Amino acid sequence: MRAVGVPGSGRLARREVRKILLGLLFVSPWLVGFLWLQLYPILASLYYSFTDYQILGTPHWTGFANYARMFLHDPLFWVSVRNTLFFAAVSVPLGVVIGIALALLLNARVRGLSLYRTIYYLPTMIPVVPAVMLLAWLLTPSIGPVNYLLGQLGLPEPGWLNDPAWAKPALILLALWGVGGSVVIYLAGLQDIPATLYEAAAIDGAGTWQRTWYVTIPLLTPTILFNLVVGLIGAFQYFAQAYVAGAFGGPLNSLLFYNLYLYQNAFQYYQMGYASAMAWVLLVFVLIVTLAIFRTTGRWVHYAR
Amino acid sequence: MRGRALDPSEVGVRGAGAAARELSLRRALRRPGRLAQQAVLVLVSVLFLFPIYWMVATAVKPDAALFVNPPQWVPTQLVWKRFEEAFTYIPFLRYTWNTLYISLYNVVATVISCTLVAYGFSRLEWRGRDALFFVVIATMMLPYQVTLIPQYIIFSHLHWVGTFRPLTIPAWFGSAFFIFLMRQFFLSLPSDLFDSAKIDGAGHLRIIWHVLTPLSKPVLVTAAVFTFMWNWNDFFWPLIYLTSQDNYTLSLGLYNFIGAVARTDWGVLMAAASLMSIPPVVLFFFAQRYFVEGITLTGMKG
Repeated sequence: MRAVGVPGSGRLARREVRKILLGLLFVSPWLVGFLWLQLYPILASLYYSFTDYQILGTPHWTGFANYARMFLHDPLFWVSVRNTLFFAAVSVPLGVVIGIALALLLNARVRGLSLYRTIYYLPTMIPVVPAVMLLAWLLTPSIGPVNYLLGQLGLPEPGWLNDPAWAKPALILLALWGVGGSVVIYLAGLQDIPATLYEAAAIDGAGTWQRTWYVTIPLLTPTILFNLVVGLIGAFQYFAQAYVAGAFGGPLNSLLFYNLYLYQNAFQYYQMGYASAMAWVLLVFVLIVTLAIFRTTGRWVHYAR
Repeated sequence: MRGRALDPSEVGVRGAGAAARELSLRRALRRPGRLAQQAVLVLVSVLFLFPIYWMVATAVKPDAALFVNPPQWVPTQLVWKRFEEAFTYIPFLRYTWNTLYISLYNVVATVISCTLVAYGFSRLEWRGRDALFFVVIATMMLPYQVTLIPQYIIFSHLHWVGTFRPLTIPAWFGSAFFIFLMRQFFLSLPSDLFDSAKIDGAGHLRIIWHVLTPLSKPVLVTAAVFTFMWNWNDFFWPLIYLTSQDNYTLSLGLYNFIGAVARTDWGVLMAAASLMSIPPVVLFFFAQRYFVEGITLTGMKG
């Protein structure tokens, strides 16, 4: 096989192969994990999604039955979709707006910047279970501090986690408490904006608001895009907070989020086929939304270069 | 107010005197502006800190002071018994030890595996490297639900369900996110250091140990700190894989505590919640720089 008359080419090829093998050796931990715990499971769950699979038996093929059941015959599926979309549609845009607002306030060479940044980031350090307990306690009707203050201000006092209409807003408040994580990212994005652009704008006589609106925000759009996509994907996968909040309330399936329902199907009803179908619907939905957002970026995302 | 005073349409037509006047006006306006800005920042700080304060305050107030209207904003009397109760009502030490074990195991395994893999994806040149790295990035976008069920079935065939293994062993296979983070960092290191080590006859593992890791401390610490935090806080994977009280983590133990005893015993609940929050908060204050750095890296290059 070796090309006769081209001395060294075989050795070269062998060197190439050795390099590839060495590279593969170093990345092999990831590669093994990828094949065993990701690629195979992806294909397996696609297969399970077309089967009836109660964990103890073997999967048997049912075609599109799971998908038909999901879309046509399962009202709880649609409840979970509505809950999740509501949560995403409110918490993500609010998080983006508040995150940008706080980052802008902090960015203007404010005194005590690092202290404020620490304070705003601190809530993200509180683990999920303590955080949800604390939420439930703060929002306890009649004796909780939040409703007390609302009452003092003459505002209505919601039942929060005990009220189907207010359970999701309670969790949205919790999500906004963690907005500091994105504030730090926005601050980094703000620091990437070249000072010369501000100077040019100032020479043109632009005031603070105009510089914010015409220079800062447009150049922050790549960071906004990042936070928007990450925020949406996170919201579609919302689970732990809702699950724990279920111990305190969430009547009438008001906290039945998509992943909660998927979890229940898989690990409480052992409907592995149905749960796999839900996972694939989620995957396709996330892909479509992500692609759709990236399709629009030409119109609103600006890069400094 | 400030926007009106600095309307750019006036800029072109006004004279020097007007400009000077406006400059002093702008200075005069800046002070109240700054004050308003500080006021908003302080107000937001209070909103963000109050829940944490309330958690600790509730834990140390006597029972009689918890259920009063109006709420007792500042504890008039401190009690510490709840922290002891948290340890006696539930096997708090056991949970803490389990959580610590899982978290530290993940830190060690993740940092070692990701360093090796990221080295292979950055400081070694080989055909197919970048194509394979693209796959690493693609897996970051994958919702974990798609692999959840087959993974569970794999682990249950291995009789790992109910043990720590599903929560620890996968760490040896690296995490796409930190492989990505480390690769970016390793690529930014100057090549001549590696070249001269190679000329001196150092093997790859020696280069990693003596050249790469000392230079890469920030990214390694970032990975370690985040891995610790995620595992300490994690609720989902313990919920799926841990089945007996004996191997519960704090998250799972605390969650069960809500249903078991304490749905209305807010004092003990808040004491337990405070205790569980101490390690991440302390870690945050010591490693804040690395948190900010790590988050920033993800945000900018993502």
